[in-house]
Amino acid sequence: MTSDTPAGRRFRVFNRRRSAPSRARRRLGAAARMLAALALAGGVYTAFAPGAFAEDTRQLSASAQEGKALFDNSCITCHGRNAEGVEGRGPSLIGVGSASVEFQVGTGRMPMTRQEAQAEQKPPQFDKAQVKQMGQYIQELGGGPQIPSGDLTTSLEQDPKALAAGGELFRINCTSCHGFGGAGGALSSGKYAPSLHGATTEQIYAAMLTGPQNMPVFGDNELTPDQKREIITYVKMQLQDDKDPGGLFNLGRYGPVTEGLAIFVVGITILVFAALWIAGKS
Amino acid sequence: MRRRKLDLAQVPANVGKGLDDRYKAATPLRGLLNKVFPDHWSFLLGEIALFSFIVLLLTGVFLTLFFDPSMKEVAYDGAYPALRGAEMSQAYASSLDLSFEVRGGLFMRQMHHWAALLFMASIVVHMARVFFTGAFRKPREANWAIGVALFLLGFLAGFTGYSLPDDGLSGTGLRIASAIMLSIPVVGSWVSASIFGGEFPGELIIGRFYIAHVLLIPGGLLALISVHLGLVFAQKHTQWPGPGRTNDNVVGERMFPRYALKQGGFFMAVFGVIALMAGLFQINPIWLFGPYRASEVSSASQPDWYVMFMDGLVRLMPAWQINIPIGDGYVIPPLFWPAVVGLGALTTIPMFYPFIEARRLKDKTSHHLLQRPRDNPERTGLGAMAFTFFIVATLSGGNDVIADKFHISLNAMTWAGRIGLVILPPLAYWLAVRICLGLQQHDREVLAHGVETGIIKRAADGRFYEVHQPLGPVDDHGHPLPLDYAGWVVPKKMNRLGALAPAVKGFFYPVEKPAEAPVSPGMPPVTAREEREEITSGR
Repeated sequence: MTSDTPAGRRFRVFNRRRSAPSRARRRLGAAARMLAALALAGGVYTAFAPGAFAEDTRQLSASAQEGKALFDNSCITCHGRNAEGVEGRGPSLIGVGSASVEFQVGTGRMPMTRQEAQAEQKPPQFDKAQVKQMGQYIQELGGGPQIPSGDLTTSLEQDPKALAAGGELFRINCTSCHGFGGAGGALSSGKYAPSLHGATTEQIYAAMLTGPQNMPVFGDNELTPDQKREIITYVKMQLQDDKDPGGLFNLGRYGPVTEGLAIFVVGITILVFAALWIAGKS
Repeated sequence: MRRRKLDLAQVPANVGKGLDDRYKAATPLRGLLNKVFPDHWSFLLGEIALFSFIVLLLTGVFLTLFFDPSMKEVAYDGAYPALRGAEMSQAYASSLDLSFEVRGGLFMRQMHHWAALLFMASIVVHMARVFFTGAFRKPREANWAIGVALFLLGFLAGFTGYSLPDDGLSGTGLRIASAIMLSIPVVGSWVSASIFGGEFPGELIIGRFYIAHVLLIPGGLLALISVHLGLVFAQKHTQWPGPGRTNDNVVGERMFPRYALKQGGFFMAVFGVIALMAGLFQINPIWLFGPYRASEVSSASQPDWYVMFMDGLVRLMPAWQINIPIGDGYVIPPLFWPAVVGLGALTTIPMFYPFIEARRLKDKTSHHLLQRPRDNPERTGLGAMAFTFFIVATLSGGNDVIADKFHISLNAMTWAGRIGLVILPPLAYWLAVRICLGLQQHDREVLAHGVETGIIKRAADGRFYEVHQPLGPVDDHGHPLPLDYAGWVVPKKMNRLGALAPAVKGFFYPVEKPAEAPVSPGMPPVTAREEREEITSGR
């Protein structure tokens, strides 16, 4: 086997390197390969990674920075640094959009008084400008649905059928929780659908878009923006602008419960006194 | 020829004579017009029901002129813009037209609905009066049972009427009614199919309910009300005990003119209150519910208040389903117990209460004198128990609205109802019995010792004691002789004994009235009160 042919030498050289690389050489080789792989992976990532993630230190707009300051003062306890959420306290706000912020903060639901079934509406803690700034911050942070600008109701001159269409949509989608008259209703375990009588057009639109508290989201695939406008038109015109042809008092539009109460508190009471009066006249 | 002189004063007499000659009406009419009715405010509660029934008939006739009980699908093209173009039944469209286009139609509809609620409310209040005063005892057991049947008929009349407009609320109610029928074991599906003419909702139900609502049930109500009132005439009205009143007489006012005038006035009051409510309070805004679609059920979809106890029982019933493995298997859904058994028991067992009580007390005599609630504590306790049950069930029927408006968890409301339905009635029984016994005890105390005068005397040995004014004669030592407990009002203040001049006149009564026999023009007080002098400063 110890032939000195060139092939034999090549074989010996090859064989020696294959069979017995030193430990140091082995380690050096592994390190070099690892470095190369890392450089490749990093290079590919740098080349292909989406810009949004790459721009981690992107500058917030001026109003968003104001919003961030407000957020860091009032919201960070539950929603966490950079609105990433805190386990067991508050959800992440990445992707909820400015519509959600404007609804929740604009109606006073946020900041929440305490952890309970559902945040209650109360006098807002922030003025409109501040709400917008916070919305802007959350919007720039993670994107999400926004309230469209412009009129959120449908003009009945342009589309006379909008009111009836809105009513139909309202009865299909909204009455099961908010009630036929928009007076609100109970849900399970302390949750509830609030009354719509004081809601502004923006709030109703934002609520449909973002599904605050226990409300389902009615995204633009389920109810198109036009349909949302029709619903708002119905709520505004039929339910809010006092369309109660049946009397001075609508009894809250709570249905037969308050009607039954009224017949005893008003009807029976008056007539018992009338009976006392008539029977007393002897 | 001399013209005959017309004597105007003689005209009524002549007309009356002429009528009597022909129809022989004087003798029965005299008896009727002279019939004496005892007078007490609580005897007028049943009249509220009677008068609201008259209002129901009047307004109902008006509504039938415009309502079209047809389930034909039409596209609405009326005055209400928010439903224009919507597909709906002719019944709903005509209800909307009735509300928005017929002059005064909405007012009439609301009057009809308020009158219906008042009818049922006054039935329940009247029933409570009859129960707690023992007016149902022999010989009036049948009239009590008729009264309970009237509640049940009124319940059905109300439910059929509630279903007629064919709006979202009506349809939801019908859906539940159909589910209740379906829950009856074995025959359920046949009952539902025969009433709805096939699968719910079908195309017949509004027409069928219409004829039941405007003819069959009102006919039954009218017949039962006639018998009810006829029996009151024939068996005479009960009266409160009191001076001059016995089990064998009736002290009160003649039917004509005073009683009839009072009743006429009260009818106007009832009519007025219903009209006032119809004008002030909006009831059942059918236009907001929209046409019935099975997929659209509003929250706070409740039945009217007198059906709410059944809805409440259904809500409180745990989901206990009974599976019977015979053949393909039968199921008794939990709905069956509260809705069918519950309603059946709650409307039939009370009918037999007079017999149950008479049997328990071994009482076979006739009673024409009422008992104060305190004088029969067990009955009062039972009544309190029944009403507590009814009230808890009714409140549970509206528990979603209560939960929402008072910020209570709906689940908590349900459990409160479940526990309350079991715990509260016995508690009410115990409380009522204790209160009755306490009131009786106080009456007996006053009879035995006299009225507290508020004058504290100090005896020679230093003792303090309050002076009591005996109500009757005293013995040699000045101690009052015991008086019999008569089951009637005992004066408890010196003012009632004439110790002070009557105070300022109140709106309904003088605020303090000296004791006298319960009001009756037939029995004036025996002696006139002495004149009093005005108290002055003495200068």
